[in-house]
Amino acid sequence: MCGIAGLIHRGKSSNVGSELQGMLQALKHRGEDSTGYALYGDTDGKNFIMRFKVGENVGEGSSSVMEDVSVYDERKKIVDQTLAEMGAKIVKEERTLPYSLRYEIDFETKDLLDFSQRIESIPGVEILSMGKSLEVIKDLGNAKMVCDRYSLDKLVGTHAIGHARMATESGVDIKSAHPFWGYPFSDVSVVHNGQLTNYWNNRRVLENKGMRFMSECDSELIAVYIAQKMREGASLEEGMKDSLSGLDGVFTYFVATKDSLGMAKDTMAAKPLVLYESDDLVAMGSEEIAIRSVLPHEIDTYDPFDGEVKVWQI
Amino acid sequence: MANIKTIDKKSKAQSMGMHTEVLTGRTQQKFFNPDEAENFYYFGTYDVDFNKRTDLDVMNMSAPEANKEIDNLMSQGYGTIVIKNPQGKHSLGVGILNKLNLIFEGSLGYFGMGSCDGPIVRINGRVGWSCAENLMAGKVVIEKNAGSCFGAAIRGGDLICKGSVGARTGIDMKGGTIIIGGDAGAFTGFMMQRGRIIILGDVGINLGDSMYDGTIFVGGEIGSYGSDAVDSELTLSDQDWLRRKLKVAEIGEDFDVSKMKKIVAGKKLWNYDNLEPTEKKGAI
Repeated sequence: MCGIAGLIHRGKSSNVGSELQGMLQALKHRGEDSTGYALYGDTDGKNFIMRFKVGENVGEGSSSVMEDVSVYDERKKIVDQTLAEMGAKIVKEERTLPYSLRYEIDFETKDLLDFSQRIESIPGVEILSMGKSLEVIKDLGNAKMVCDRYSLDKLVGTHAIGHARMATESGVDIKSAHPFWGYPFSDVSVVHNGQLTNYWNNRRVLENKGMRFMSECDSELIAVYIAQKMREGASLEEGMKDSLSGLDGVFTYFVATKDSLGMAKDTMAAKPLVLYESDDLVAMGSEEIAIRSVLPHEIDTYDPFDGEVKVWQI
Repeated sequence: MANIKTIDKKSKAQSMGMHTEVLTGRTQQKFFNPDEAENFYYFGTYDVDFNKRTDLDVMNMSAPEANKEIDNLMSQGYGTIVIKNPQGKHSLGVGILNKLNLIFEGSLGYFGMGSCDGPIVRINGRVGWSCAENLMAGKVVIEKNAGSCFGAAIRGGDLICKGSVGARTGIDMKGGTIIIGGDAGAFTGFMMQRGRIIILGDVGINLGDSMYDGTIFVGGEIGSYGSDAVDSELTLSDQDWLRRKLKVAEIGEDFDVSKMKKIVAGKKLWNYDNLEPTEKKGAI
């Protein structure tokens, strides 16, 4: 089933970590195999923030294989060494969990493709997100568990999207959890509710164009598909509109960039989405109760129609 | 197969693959008799007084708790109940088989007012997916918008949304009337079998797809017609019915119904062409 939620404050910042936690927790009955956050925090915009993992959560319910923590340490060492070879300077380093790390990196580049390929060529290492505002945090468990584990409730920013996952077509692990980074684009993330039926056809085409897939989760295709469209020169909105015919299946998905948030709904409108829109806030979720967690007073909401694409700026 | 024209009723049913049986369920033992007042109501329902009114704040209640409390209030004779703070909760007001004035001061989530038979309901907010699914009788009015599968499989009653509705409105409906003040999404009237849908605004693609029967009236633009949905003549009788219905529904009273489009089933689907005449009757 899965549930998705997102919000964007226009003209101001807010405690988006805590707000998204409330929205996703309200949707936990739609799935709590894993929960993920894509948070766009207030930063000075100088350094890249790289969230990456050097292993998997092998806790209860996980489909991953147990590894010794020393393996994680070894992978981290290789990442540090590779960064140094590329001339990237680690300004700040946080290791929230043995397998999950957050680096602030001083690095000048306009194309993250080569950078990402080199980091991810290290076995067992996956970049969860890369950007100057975006931070993707995802792990097993419901929204509150993940929020508490990574202390996300204090994060201040302008917008955020998130996902409560009921694993159906791929494993219960972090690599299959949403949100997906729009590799190799800085600050692009995607969450999705639905099923894509032309996943393998599209994946083969995109892999031939040099794009990478880290999981076998069909939702990852959306992030890669949009990213490829943007590489070819399309705007975010154009890429999303193109996806309505390029992606087959049933879906509602959100895409966020550094300064915008968009939604798209397939032409059969088979997956739910409720939307609240005002001058200073847009909030949306698979169910109205998600929006109610941030706006408990009476509001006007609506369901976007089939084949609808909308994009909002901060 | 035996000649069904010459055999008795029981054999005829069996030859068509049906079974005869003695129904022993509770509802089968209650037959309508106007001289017996208690039989106007379902067994186990309550005699309520519309002038006896109360409020119920469901802010801190789960849906089952709220629904139980509504039942409890009806058992005390309350005929008008105002629900405060529904907060988009799912499955509120389901399974009410009673006459009742029910007012929601706020929005409902999924499956609100499902499987009801008789209540008059006003929702001063929005409703999520599958509102009033399987409604059998009564009236449900939504003041704002509604999600997808609005009025799925309703058998009777009036279901009115003053705003816009999502996709698959009236899917599989078997009776009753659905009235939409705004626009409706894709696949409206999908596989509907009876009843009427009125949409004052625009409607999305695949309108009336694979409908068996029933009628759809549209005031605005149609995205596209679904399989076997065809235009039909809007008669003066239709227009008269539409005016009366819109007036009773407190919606679009001044709407020019003479320009509405009427869509019905073309009855060219494979199931019509491949069934025996007697089976066709059963399919409708």
